[in-house]
Amino acid sequence: MSDRGYPDAVADEFPPPPTAFTDREDRRIEVRPYEGDPAARESLVEMYDAFDPADRAQGIPPGGEERIREWLDAILADDCYNVIAWCDDAAAGHATLVPDGDAYELAIFVHQEYQRAGIGTHLIRGLLGHGQANGVEKVWLTVERWNRAAVSLYKKIGFETSDAESFELEMGLRLRADGETAAEGDASATPDESDADE
Amino acid sequence: MKVLCGIGGSDDSFRALDRTVERAAVASDDLTIAVVDNEDSSVSPDEVVERAEAAVEEAAIDAEVRRVEGDPGSRLVDIAETEGFEEIVLGGGHTSPMGKITIGSIAEFVLLNAKTSVTLVR
Repeated sequence: MSDRGYPDAVADEFPPPPTAFTDREDRRIEVRPYEGDPAARESLVEMYDAFDPADRAQGIPPGGEERIREWLDAILADDCYNVIAWCDDAAAGHATLVPDGDAYELAIFVHQEYQRAGIGTHLIRGLLGHGQANGVEKVWLTVERWNRAAVSLYKKIGFETSDAESFELEMGLRLRADGETAAEGDASATPDESDADE
Repeated sequence: MKVLCGIGGSDDSFRALDRTVERAAVASDDLTIAVVDNEDSSVSPDEVVERAEAAVEEAAIDAEVRRVEGDPGSRLVDIAETEGFEEIVLGGGHTSPMGKITIGSIAEFVLLNAKTSVTLVR
């Protein structure tokens, strides 16, 4: 891909998971990293199999169990970073960082049943905290420009638009200064209430 | 049908080439393959022309391979209009590491400006 733009300023420290909170529907939600557990993978298959096609973005998640499994094989690989929002044993949301050269591409999905409850904000902060703790420097994403809820979530997190000339907006975030090594940060989690679930 | 297939050397453009040539062989389309400049492509226009000619030869169809210089999107729309093409065929987009599809700037321009139908090949 072509050179992508990132903000000069380094983003805040995000809280590394596991984190837990009560969502706006009074459900207890835990955000935990995915670490190769087959049962967690099956929960994701279930979540995506029940995903409303209207909430697909640029072709993902794909439709049908077989394609979902193929896609998950790629994004749950060892060189990717994944976090899952759990409501008891059910996956309510999932966010992922997939390597792309010296940066990572981000995507986040919250199941319909759990949208507009503030889970997306906690989930993306958890993912970025997980990435930061593992030395991820730069993150980019694309988002359909009409998806205002998602765009405002990303902006609130600190993403800046790097390319606005296509159907999709491209946005970038700098998690660490170039070459900075993983250091202890005083992660101050400010749980903010947003309607901006993707 | 009179079909104009625009390719610039990206992976998805070669997929569009193969599919359009295949279809032309069974549907007897009147096919023209326009090799356009795509600055994002790592394959040179001459190589793209060679691949297009090879595909046409292999399918044993009678199709013109034409080198088209200048702004790719507007040139394709212009050729389609002035030469009476009924359809423009293009690659269906680049897939990111995540699996997200993004449509290139050429396809975007053609989609919004063409008077003909436009097919994006997946």
